[in-house]
Amino acid sequence: MTATTTTPVEAPAPLRGIGRIRDEIERNKRLRIACLITLGIGALSMARVIADAPGLTAGTTFVSAIGLASPILLAGLGGLVSERSGIINIGLEGMMIMGTWFAGWAGYEYGPWWALFFGAFGGMLAGLLHAVATITFGIDQIVSGVAINLIAPGVARFLASEVFVGKADGSITQSPTMPHGIGHFTVPGLSDLFDRINKHEWFFISDVAGLLYGITTDVAYSTMLAWAMLPIFAYILWRTAFGLRLRSAGEKPSAADSLGVSVYRMRYLGVMISGALAGLGGAWLALDIRAYNQGQTAGRGFQGLAAMIFGNWRPGGLGLGAGLFAYAQAISLRTDANTAVLGLLLLAAFAFSVVALVLAIRRRIPPAIGLGVVGMASFYYYAITEQLSNQFVFITPYVVTLLVLAVASQRLRPPMAEGKPWFKGQSE
Amino acid sequence: MPGLLRVRRRRAQAPPAWTRKAHVSDTAGMPSAVPAAIELRGITKRFPGVVANDQVHVRVMPSTIHAIVGENGAGKSTLMKVLYGSLRPDEGSILIDGTEQHFRSPKDAINAGIGMVFQHFMLADNFTVWENVVLGSEPGTPWALGVGDARRRIRALADQYGLQVDPDELASDLGVGERQRVEILKVLYRGARIIILDEPTAVLVPQEVDALFDSLRELVAGGVTVIFISHKLNEVLSVADAITVIRAGKTVAEVLPSEVTAHQLAELMVGSELPSPETKSARPSDEIALELRGIDLEEDGRPLLTGVDLVVRRGEIVGIAGVEGNGQSELIDVILGLTAPLRGTVKIGGEDMSRTSTRHRRERGLGYIPQDRQRDGLVLDAPLWENAALGHQTMKPFAKGPFIDRGGARQLTEQLIRDYDVRTPGPDIAALALSGGNQQKLIVGREMEAKPTLLIAAQPTRGVDVGAQAQIWDAIRRAREQNLAVLLVSADLDELIGLADTLHVIYRGELVAQLDPATLTPAELGSYMTGARMDQGVA
Amino acid sequence: MKLKGILLWLAAPVVAAVAAGVISSIALLLSGNSPADAYNAMWDYVSTADSVVVVINKAIPYYVAACAVAIGFKMNLFNIGVDGQYRLAALFAAAFGAAISAPAVIHVSLILLVAMLVGGGYAAIPGALRVTRGVNEVVSTIMLNFVATGITAYLLTRWRNPAVPLQAETKPLPASGRIPPLNGFLEHFGYHLPAGTLLSGFLPIAVLVGVAFYVIIYRTRFGFDLRNSGRNPDAARSSGVSPKAMILRTMILSGIVAGLAGMSPLLTEFFKYGDTFPTAIGFTGLAVALLGRNNPAGIGIAALVWAGIERAAQVLPQVGVPQEIGQIIQGTLLLSAVIAFEVVRRYRLQLLVRDAAAKTAAERTERTPMMPAVTT
Repeated sequence: MTATTTTPVEAPAPLRGIGRIRDEIERNKRLRIACLITLGIGALSMARVIADAPGLTAGTTFVSAIGLASPILLAGLGGLVSERSGIINIGLEGMMIMGTWFAGWAGYEYGPWWALFFGAFGGMLAGLLHAVATITFGIDQIVSGVAINLIAPGVARFLASEVFVGKADGSITQSPTMPHGIGHFTVPGLSDLFDRINKHEWFFISDVAGLLYGITTDVAYSTMLAWAMLPIFAYILWRTAFGLRLRSAGEKPSAADSLGVSVYRMRYLGVMISGALAGLGGAWLALDIRAYNQGQTAGRGFQGLAAMIFGNWRPGGLGLGAGLFAYAQAISLRTDANTAVLGLLLLAAFAFSVVALVLAIRRRIPPAIGLGVVGMASFYYYAITEQLSNQFVFITPYVVTLLVLAVASQRLRPPMAEGKPWFKGQSE
Repeated sequence: MPGLLRVRRRRAQAPPAWTRKAHVSDTAGMPSAVPAAIELRGITKRFPGVVANDQVHVRVMPSTIHAIVGENGAGKSTLMKVLYGSLRPDEGSILIDGTEQHFRSPKDAINAGIGMVFQHFMLADNFTVWENVVLGSEPGTPWALGVGDARRRIRALADQYGLQVDPDELASDLGVGERQRVEILKVLYRGARIIILDEPTAVLVPQEVDALFDSLRELVAGGVTVIFISHKLNEVLSVADAITVIRAGKTVAEVLPSEVTAHQLAELMVGSELPSPETKSARPSDEIALELRGIDLEEDGRPLLTGVDLVVRRGEIVGIAGVEGNGQSELIDVILGLTAPLRGTVKIGGEDMSRTSTRHRRERGLGYIPQDRQRDGLVLDAPLWENAALGHQTMKPFAKGPFIDRGGARQLTEQLIRDYDVRTPGPDIAALALSGGNQQKLIVGREMEAKPTLLIAAQPTRGVDVGAQAQIWDAIRRAREQNLAVLLVSADLDELIGLADTLHVIYRGELVAQLDPATLTPAELGSYMTGARMDQGVA
Repeated sequence: MKLKGILLWLAAPVVAAVAAGVISSIALLLSGNSPADAYNAMWDYVSTADSVVVVINKAIPYYVAACAVAIGFKMNLFNIGVDGQYRLAALFAAAFGAAISAPAVIHVSLILLVAMLVGGGYAAIPGALRVTRGVNEVVSTIMLNFVATGITAYLLTRWRNPAVPLQAETKPLPASGRIPPLNGFLEHFGYHLPAGTLLSGFLPIAVLVGVAFYVIIYRTRFGFDLRNSGRNPDAARSSGVSPKAMILRTMILSGIVAGLAGMSPLLTEFFKYGDTFPTAIGFTGLAVALLGRNNPAGIGIAALVWAGIERAAQVLPQVGVPQEIGQIIQGTLLLSAVIAFEVVRRYRLQLLVRDAAAKTAAERTERTPMMPAVTT
């Protein structure tokens, strides 16, 4: 046998000062996220002040953003649940469309809460179709999702032509307007307080106040429901036996099967829940304007998908990603959008330059130079521009998602078995 | 094992006397105070064309570590599946604690207290240890997973049996030894009293092996019975309380480790009959076709190949013997250019190809008969003429400029079909429709036809019928006569001894011996292949 | 065995068509219409000479887009970005074409060249992301489609025609930049197309694209490597294919063809790029490729069927049936076709494997005499 002698390992010298703080931050994940968020708000605040664009952190912007994030995060959550069970769901857009139609119909006939219920139901039906095609028949999951996206608008139009035409202001492209929309809620007192602080335009504090104002003012019950889904599903997926089994179907179905878990059932449930969530997102959209409108989803299903990847298949990150998309949309809806957006360009210039600096410190020269050039160009462009076109804002979330993917794809952790069909008896 | 049609066999020798000591018929009539924890009587299992298990007897006493040894193809995996309930035996019975059992599925086996730890671990990488262990048998209520409960129970089991793991660690962060411990915990968590381990040390480094054996000893001290399937004889001797040797589907011996040496075990495993090679007509030339110097390969810090030096000359067949999983595939990947080694040089035909692409090497005369023909050698959906072009699609007669020369390809394929006796209606049939033997003959034909400088043949007759096997062996011999160089990597000893001019043995990523097939003994070969020989020099 | 093979091969499309018919009939019945009436009306309408020309014109861009998608599919790559690639390419081609002047054939060729360059270049982005950073091309192409929308909207504001204040569109192409219809050409052979219909002059180019698809994918070494990489990446690697180079080249090739997808509407009908330019060609191409099983002939038939249904449905309001039934038919046809293809494929595979296994077992047990060694 080999003799083992152990040389005593010297304990590392205790860190002091900045080194200690840095080490602590690297170790504690929660602390790290809190730091990042603080930095983010700080940077945004700086951009607002320098570019004189109060719209960036106005209370109304946040109200809008928090609401607009709801359909995206619901779609993204739908994608998350499905992919966690092992089935890729590109058909979120189509399921959302079914949600908008059913909600438009039920909202008119029965009322806003029934709109939510039937929206989810309609999405779930589309989800069931996807499930049968991919789980029982084993079709390529992306192909099936694309097919559902192609079919759904046609089905919605057809149903509209049968059901909506002739009713009040209904037509092929929209449902009759609902008599009652979903209620809104404002926290008394706090809402005014935050509003006042926000209008003072103090550095950092007013910006945070703007965010808080958005959380406490004019929040639709459908928005509350949407955001509540994040912690609810986080709990279900990670703290219940059902969630564990569902996730195992997406990580290693052969192991799950060997331990008595029904992979088929988990995947069916996963995809149906996925459809229901996307449908709920559609219901939010319908309730927002109190009607079904053709094309109102406008790609939000895909945005949800992107937010899900951005969030590394976790509800928390998903919420952040959805918020990012919604924030960009909220800015673009403002009347002072074109100047507010200039502030975002400044922020982008900051971000590029800071990252370039960090890379240079870490001796990764080529990407440092590349990003540095982009940062300088952004500063220059900011300096010479008066007004930035809306398209810049529109594409920002998509570009950001691409950047995140490019940087972090190696470190992203999608569920291991997703995308591959699985049949009982397979060893992998 | 299928016989080598042109090789003379040495006279069969009777099994050595000392092995008859503990033959099962002796114990069958003996009264035993304690029933065997698990006993297999006369287990027979047949598959089309082969009898995998033939009246196998195994008797495992409770609270012992019992090893079942045999080489590839001896019938171990079939026996295991029977034990575990995945397969029903055609004849024979399984008794647990003296009572006969009928397993209709693994569930029945699990209920009877049997737990199986597979060679290929079934862990979800993104799950933590406790999530992997409790999946399917979760503690707590449907509304709340009993996370704390799970952690506590796992820690208790771990402490009880000395299986150190951190329940909150992610499975992907675990080392191989730790993963194995989690698999053992999985079965213990579900109340297994009999644990079967399939080649548990195949992927472990020596320290991990020691840790595993300590755990096994703790397990039996706690009343668990352990069955351990392996081909590594020195390890088996160090930890087992009893050993059953299986060869060619039959129980050959049941021995106690105190009564036998590694060499004797090796001989039992490998058989005292070895074919003797025919005399070779030609001597290899001096032209070197393949030269490997100092090849090192690592993955995640674990060494896969260490200091490999290898020379293959034209007109020579060099064989590499070894139990699967000791680095053969990695070595082939390095020669092919699919994996870049950490250190070392690869020279083919005198040219340094260490940094060139696979295509370049193949164009310069590197032929390849892959071990897994369906995965690496054929496009099953494609017609035969397209498959004949695989690997040679940039050269005549398959290519005409940037185009594929269909006519030329078909013609050549028809020629191959004739010359290599590929049984098929024509060159347009999909490769999928051919039997394994004919698929392999096509591959052999296409590689030979390209007149390679070096031909790598990995398990060239695996899964191939007897007739095709003879034809393929003929083809390889012809390659040598035509002054081609052949590197033959195989686990089939008949094949290696019958064909190779010189034999290297690979064990744990190192070439540990170079032997002359004409003069080696089965004990010697078996010892090197199973690492028994290694110990002799180590302190 | 051969007859069985042919029957199976036909089975899938037939089953798909029947399923689509059944489901659409149910939808029709539920909405109080007669399926027989609807189908009759549709068939009568689409088989008029007028309709045939219109259907061919519609099918052309679908065909080209589907070829682009199919090239990717052959390599197991999902180029969903055909949508963004063709729109961006059409915009650049329109603006470029309006800005230069040259003799007719050269002018059109240059426009096509620009479209191909832009399409290929834009497709190189997700290809490079996949090869260098491992970014899945499904997500990146979807993102880039939206980015393309933003870019085209932005560029349109810069390159718009000032003479048309109410619409954002490029300047119209001069006559030398347009492709004339085939009517005159056909009259030389005695074919007279119905008055008022114009057969797209892009048709020969579309056919050329299909031929090029066939030749490149099925007849060249590159295509051989491409198909093998899609069918069995491991065997392809062992045969010398570099996976990264293959992915990049395939995406670029797919993008080049995608760039051409918008050229028929641009050069024969619209002559400018603007808000009225068709936006659904990319996704329709996706559906047509799937329906056509990713081969140039099948895609041709699928494109005609798809466009045919689109055209035929236009007559439905005249018989009191909602036009949207057309989309229901298309959708169910697509889904049931995809399912049917997969089920049949798997079934055929099972048959072949069982066959081969039986042969292997049979050969194992028979004692074959030694084959004489072949002398070279």
